[in-house]
Amino acid sequence: MEHNYSILAYLISGVFFILALRGLSSPETARRGNIYGISGMVIAIVATLLLPGIESYVLIVLGILIGGIIGTSIALKIKMTALPQLIAGFHSLVGLAAVMVAGAAFHNPSAYGIGDIGNIPVASLIEMSLGSTIGAITFSGSIIAFGKLQGIMSGNPITFKFQHFLNAILGILLISVVILFCLNQTQNFFWSLTILAFIIGFLIIIPIGGADMPVVVSMLNSYSGWAACGIGFTLSNNLLIITGALVGSSGAILSYIMCKGMNRSFISVILGGFGGEDVTSQANKETEQRPVKSGDSSDAAFMMQNAESVVIVPGYGMAVAQAQHVLKEMCDILKKKGVNVRYAIHPVAGRMPGHMNVLLAEANVPYDEVLGLDEINRDFASTDVVFVIGANDITNPAAKTDPQSPIYGMPILEVENAKSVLFSKRSLRAGYAGVENELFFRDNTMMLFSDAKEMCENIINALGK
Amino acid sequence: MEHLLQELTVFILAIFVGYYIIWSVTPALHSPLMSVTNAISSVIIVGALIAVGPALFGISKIMGFIAVILAAVNIFGGFIVTQRMLQMFKKKKK
Repeated sequence: MEHNYSILAYLISGVFFILALRGLSSPETARRGNIYGISGMVIAIVATLLLPGIESYVLIVLGILIGGIIGTSIALKIKMTALPQLIAGFHSLVGLAAVMVAGAAFHNPSAYGIGDIGNIPVASLIEMSLGSTIGAITFSGSIIAFGKLQGIMSGNPITFKFQHFLNAILGILLISVVILFCLNQTQNFFWSLTILAFIIGFLIIIPIGGADMPVVVSMLNSYSGWAACGIGFTLSNNLLIITGALVGSSGAILSYIMCKGMNRSFISVILGGFGGEDVTSQANKETEQRPVKSGDSSDAAFMMQNAESVVIVPGYGMAVAQAQHVLKEMCDILKKKGVNVRYAIHPVAGRMPGHMNVLLAEANVPYDEVLGLDEINRDFASTDVVFVIGANDITNPAAKTDPQSPIYGMPILEVENAKSVLFSKRSLRAGYAGVENELFFRDNTMMLFSDAKEMCENIINALGK
Repeated sequence: MEHLLQELTVFILAIFVGYYIIWSVTPALHSPLMSVTNAISSVIIVGALIAVGPALFGISKIMGFIAVILAAVNIFGGFIVTQRMLQMFKKKKK
């Protein structure tokens, strides 16, 4: 009976988590949602601490204190442009925590009510292996994603011969070890399966290139949820199962949205090897001979202040240059001059879902001026100037016209329909997909070769004159 | 077995709830969605606390302790970053 209140508390906390996610349906309700989330977590932790099995509190308080201080200081210091790697880093911690909890349950099963050492029911062993395996894959996969996003390692896909073959062998090996573990339940098998999963997590992320990271980060988000689920089944804890399933489906849906934004199947993203240096340099050679119209900041300023409507299309380049604040400043001046300025965001712009939205929000751009693909696309035809800042592939008309193109079928922002297009870009280099952008060579396109931030600053100066 | 079926029921229903709720999230808030799901998935701390709780010292307790730290980093970090992001979606509309 004394156990029942905790089940009830877990139920309340699960409902609070659902409300937390529900809140995100609009920016107005989102902050209240976050409060629900925090309350749910507090309820869950307090209910657990009151369980009869919890006798010593020293390490618990110490652990929460250490973790709390680290987490708080990271979260307060982090720059919004570094968000994707922060999230990837956080995912790795959930993964490792899942491995640790699975290990703890294996070494002290009686604390969790799943039998005694050496005598754990098979069902619990399977659940434990699932929790630990998914946790370990999440951990090492997220570390690689973190490295690629942070620039510690190259964002190019790393591929080698027999890569998929090797992964398949390791996968089969993993399954065999899980079976052996269930039959013998020795420590060695537990750790072997965990280490195998670590290696697999590492191997499945290295062939995936930088710009596919929105998919990878959402996929790892999903994995961290399934890992929590696995642990929930092991401990027969409904709260962990509910939360894990919520997070798991969230990540899965985000991955789906991202894949759809690139018109690529999830499988093709996961198999990796897309884009990268070779293709890019080849495309470079071909493009150099063709003439483009290039201009400077005063040309851009002139065109934009004489326009009736301007649409800004930001991409990863804006994030790299940290140009969101000056961009906003530039748009404010334009607005004061009576120009109608809006922002168009492609689903896969940036390195994580919603990346551009957050950066623009950071620069204080009102969210009702920020529009998605479907909302803005038909307006391009009546737009005077489109200002593309640090984006490329997501505007490439080849996605609609050239069936040979690797990006064929990808939904794009149809900026080619606007009267004129300005591209703020450092060079003519092809985008991530390694495809050259036909738009660069059109008569109504003007290239602004410069760093995104510098360009905006110069345009502001030119506008002031 | 009955236990497992009951857990499976909860699991499947939760996936459905998740499915419909996540589709109603506005795309502009997909980044906060990731950070808040990251924070709540650290509810795994519940399992870690049970491992640290017993008075007896052992491997299980050490592993639980590590898991508590990791999960706590995530809980605090995740919720605070989410709050920071959502704060930026406020103020607007002069």
